[in-house]
Amino acid sequence: MDERLAGAFRLLPDYLGWHVVLSASALALGLVLGLPLALAAARSRRFRWPLLAAASLIQTIPSLALLALFYPLLLALSAVSEVTFGHGFRALGFLPSLLALTLYSMLPILRNGVAGLTGLDPAVTEAARGVGMTSRQQLWLVEAPLAAPVVMAGVRTSAVWVIGAATLSTPVGQTSLGDYIFAGLQTENWIFVLFGCGAAAVLALIVDQLLGLIETGLARRTRWRVIAGLAGLVAGVALAAAPLVSFGPQPRAYVVGAKNFSEQYILAELMAARLERSGAAVTRRNNLGSAIAFRAVASGEIDAYVDYSGTLWTGVLGHTDMPPRPVLLARMSDELKRRFGVETLGPLGFENAYALAMRRDRARALGVSSIADLAPRAPSLTLGSDLEFLSRPEWTTLRDAYGLKFAGERRFQPTFMYKAVGDGTVDVISAFSSDGRIAADDLVVLSDPKGAIPPYDAVLLISPRRRGDQAFLATLRPLVGKVPVEAMREANYAVDRDQDKQDPAQAARALATKLGL
Amino acid sequence: MIELDQLSKSYDGGRSLALDDVSLTVEDGAFLAVVGASGSGKTTLLKTINRLIEPDRGTVRVAGEAVGDLDPALLRRRIGYAFQGVGLFPHMTVAENIGVTPRLLGWPDAEIAARVYELLEMVDLPRDYAARMPDALSGGQRQRVGLARALAARPKVLLLDEPFGALDAVTREALGDACRRLHERLGLTTVLITHDVLEAALLADRIAVMHAGKVLAEGAPAELLAGHGDPQVRALMDSPRRQAERVAALMELADG
Repeated sequence: MDERLAGAFRLLPDYLGWHVVLSASALALGLVLGLPLALAAARSRRFRWPLLAAASLIQTIPSLALLALFYPLLLALSAVSEVTFGHGFRALGFLPSLLALTLYSMLPILRNGVAGLTGLDPAVTEAARGVGMTSRQQLWLVEAPLAAPVVMAGVRTSAVWVIGAATLSTPVGQTSLGDYIFAGLQTENWIFVLFGCGAAAVLALIVDQLLGLIETGLARRTRWRVIAGLAGLVAGVALAAAPLVSFGPQPRAYVVGAKNFSEQYILAELMAARLERSGAAVTRRNNLGSAIAFRAVASGEIDAYVDYSGTLWTGVLGHTDMPPRPVLLARMSDELKRRFGVETLGPLGFENAYALAMRRDRARALGVSSIADLAPRAPSLTLGSDLEFLSRPEWTTLRDAYGLKFAGERRFQPTFMYKAVGDGTVDVISAFSSDGRIAADDLVVLSDPKGAIPPYDAVLLISPRRRGDQAFLATLRPLVGKVPVEAMREANYAVDRDQDKQDPAQAARALATKLGL
Repeated sequence: MIELDQLSKSYDGGRSLALDDVSLTVEDGAFLAVVGASGSGKTTLLKTINRLIEPDRGTVRVAGEAVGDLDPALLRRRIGYAFQGVGLFPHMTVAENIGVTPRLLGWPDAEIAARVYELLEMVDLPRDYAARMPDALSGGQRQRVGLARALAARPKVLLLDEPFGALDAVTREALGDACRRLHERLGLTTVLITHDVLEAALLADRIAVMHAGKVLAEGAPAELLAGHGDPQVRALMDSPRRQAERVAALMELADG
């Protein structure tokens, strides 16, 4: 079997298990909340319109955004709970995913619930009253059984939506089948992307069939269908969740975080491997959004991850000045500790800066070798960036320093950004200086004579609750100052290239061997 | 005995009255037919008796008890009710439909089963229909099951709201006769709502004529057919006679 396919199968029990547990919980919660609301809406015309409108409105929010919005909301709630009850809760991972997916699941349940209950033949409800049923008996003996097939059709729709949308819980730190898709997209591992899509689709198909069995069972009043469908669902959830449950004493689990690109995956694997060798259990939280990652380490939801000084300086600490590099590093460490309790273990030894890059032949034809040369040419050129660069303060600083004004600006997933500059879709990109693809794609990095781009030293950050954990710190400290940019670039390229690819864990092992770690 | 005492009801806040100060008494064992055009208030009148509709003013008494003081669900289990829409529960068998009120009253299963067969026989349906689903029945059969369901818990009062309205003439006549027979055999007090004066005249002991929320006349069929001072009543009650005369003329023509 292909090595990458085998790798995908190894991860399946964990990813699938979480995906099933998450989807099933969201759907169950959606039913528990949705059915009484549907009943209330069916009974009261005044309540019906606002409820269905609100549910439709939630549906129009892109599911990724809905998931992302729950993180700050829960973080704030957790802080309130910390103050009020003395303990907070985890704002990252399962909870925001569960709440967002639950909201997402409710529209079809509500809509079909209301349709099922209000669409009953009025003669039947009149007869129910006429024979002497109380309103409760009317609901359970007549309305519920008659509306059940319509409600189940809504539950089916809802289940398929939830299983699909659950792949988007990866960026808020919840393991799911989306881990394949996000990681695969980032590292150009298309087998992973297809595997993740395929697994989610197969899961949705199976669940849809089982719910369909229950639906026909309810419509035709065949008890065995309902029982078989329910049994299938329960067995499926139990089977999928089984690998997640482990018995006996648990070794203390450290949580290592990574943002959503190859270098981050490799560094996380590098840290995880060291911790695992020291006998600790490690949980990985990959694909965190850039801002989410720092808040996660500050709140102790992840224990360690690597970030970049420039990002922390402008993005987290909100500075606009640009002191010399050693001063910036020292002040940054100091402020992170003082304001967030986050410990900076130290720089790893390489920089991954934003850099404007062009194809070598294009740069030569235009006579551009620095950003200052680029400025007068910019109005006829198109800039390609990653998803966040154009929204970051560094871009504003850079733009204003050189008076850059491009004919167009386009955002890409980093993988596609490199493709876009390669095939001429865009002329200039916001590359990453430690990216192996700069050399491999024959790009040139434009110099920054005004020093407008801040330094981006990779630094290892430690959560406040692990600050005093000497074993943990001792295991990670040897990484400080040990990773030169050439080695990092090579490791990144091994993951990002099209041919003979490595997965991040392999690249991390190769890197460790090479650096004698 | 059913007594309606000064009932008023409006569906539009008083601008028009579905019941306009109606008083009416139905003696024990009587078969009263209420006739009138659509919108005359006859269905509203019927539904105040089992509290499917609450009057704005006035009192309804059944066997001396004011129904407004009784729990509506318990009241309805004591009163048989069949209507044009029938409203058989589509997810229940014929037997379950017929047995629904006895089950609500907590009868033992064996007694319910026996009662179901007894009722199927009363409404002239074969015993093996017990296991059928309502959608496997014809319109007339459904109405028979509806009638059986209304009678299942041995009510003393039977309310019929145009139960034969949607049926063909032959089935309609057969069911009407069945109702009358059951009324006598079970000693019921029956109120039938119909817009068909001929049907009312042939089945009922008493006829009440309604128009615009008022009872204009009440009396034995023969009395009302013989003529009445109110032109509205006369116009309505004359229609069976006119029909009969036209049919007789046609038959004479055919014979001659």
